[in-house]
Amino acid sequence: MGALNHKFNENILITSLDKLLNWSRSGSEWYFQFGLACCAIEMMSAAAARHDLERFGAMPRSSPRQADVMIVAGTVTLKMATRVKRLYEQMAEPKYVISMGSCANSGGPYWQHGYHVLKGVDQIIPVDIYIPGCPPRPEALIEGLLHLQKKMREEPVLAKKED
Amino acid sequence: MTEQEIYADLSKKFGDKVIEFMEEGTLNPTVVVDAAAIAKIVTYLKDDERFQFDSLMNLAGHDGDVEADLSVIYHLVSTELKHYITLKVFTSRVEPKVASVAVIYRTANWHEREAFDLYGINFEGHPDLKRILLEDDWEGYPLRKDYVPAEFYRGMRIEKVK
Repeated sequence: MGALNHKFNENILITSLDKLLNWSRSGSEWYFQFGLACCAIEMMSAAAARHDLERFGAMPRSSPRQADVMIVAGTVTLKMATRVKRLYEQMAEPKYVISMGSCANSGGPYWQHGYHVLKGVDQIIPVDIYIPGCPPRPEALIEGLLHLQKKMREEPVLAKKED
Repeated sequence: MTEQEIYADLSKKFGDKVIEFMEEGTLNPTVVVDAAAIAKIVTYLKDDERFQFDSLMNLAGHDGDVEADLSVIYHLVSTELKHYITLKVFTSRVEPKVASVAVIYRTANWHEREAFDLYGINFEGHPDLKRILLEDDWEGYPLRKDYVPAEFYRGMRIEKVK
């Protein structure tokens, strides 16, 4: 930056408001802090020092009111499914869902004999990103969050949607 | 004390309420007793100086076969005398009824609720017998061999494999 230092009187950036909003939104993917099974351990690992999700502005929030992203990390039992749906409804728009791991994607190992397991969280709430794995590595979760960032940046917020 | 000795003492004390002693084909030598008398027998084993079974390690429901009766298995341990005994009761599939030991061992409270939840075994004298894992409006007892999963639960599809 040395060559550009002290060359400008005021700091002015020119961009579209949509891009600015999306840039700020995608840089603060606050996810809802709750886990359902072993995937949650990987999620915690991703959030902890070694993988450090906060590099990407993603940090856990304990209230659905403050969260932008719900990471469904683990087996969604039918008992929990009603709660997951309610928590999703309590989140403020715009909201996103990441389905993490085989269980949340499709029921996983409970596909055949899981009388108590919902076969895919997408049956009750809309899912933006699916992450395969049982459980997925923290790197996979990070890639999912980066894909979600990409999705956020390409969304029109104020501009008219193209038909 | 060995299981054989405990069985001999129990059958002397309780007569035909103690049904048989199983040694072959079980992991632990097991005393099969009457379902209605289990609370009395367990109280005796807990309070008697020679047994001192002060801890219930485990209580589990069991369903071995569609044709057979349901059963409940009790694993008792004496932390003082370092001996073990396994008790077993059988109860009918149509009207499963077993005397509760929840007031004798507080551990049994949740264990009995679990057996009630998943096998539908009624523990008579339990202070708060209701489902513990599944929702209260769940129909059926899923760990029974003749259980058929419902197609829907609260509008959510429980898919069946074709």
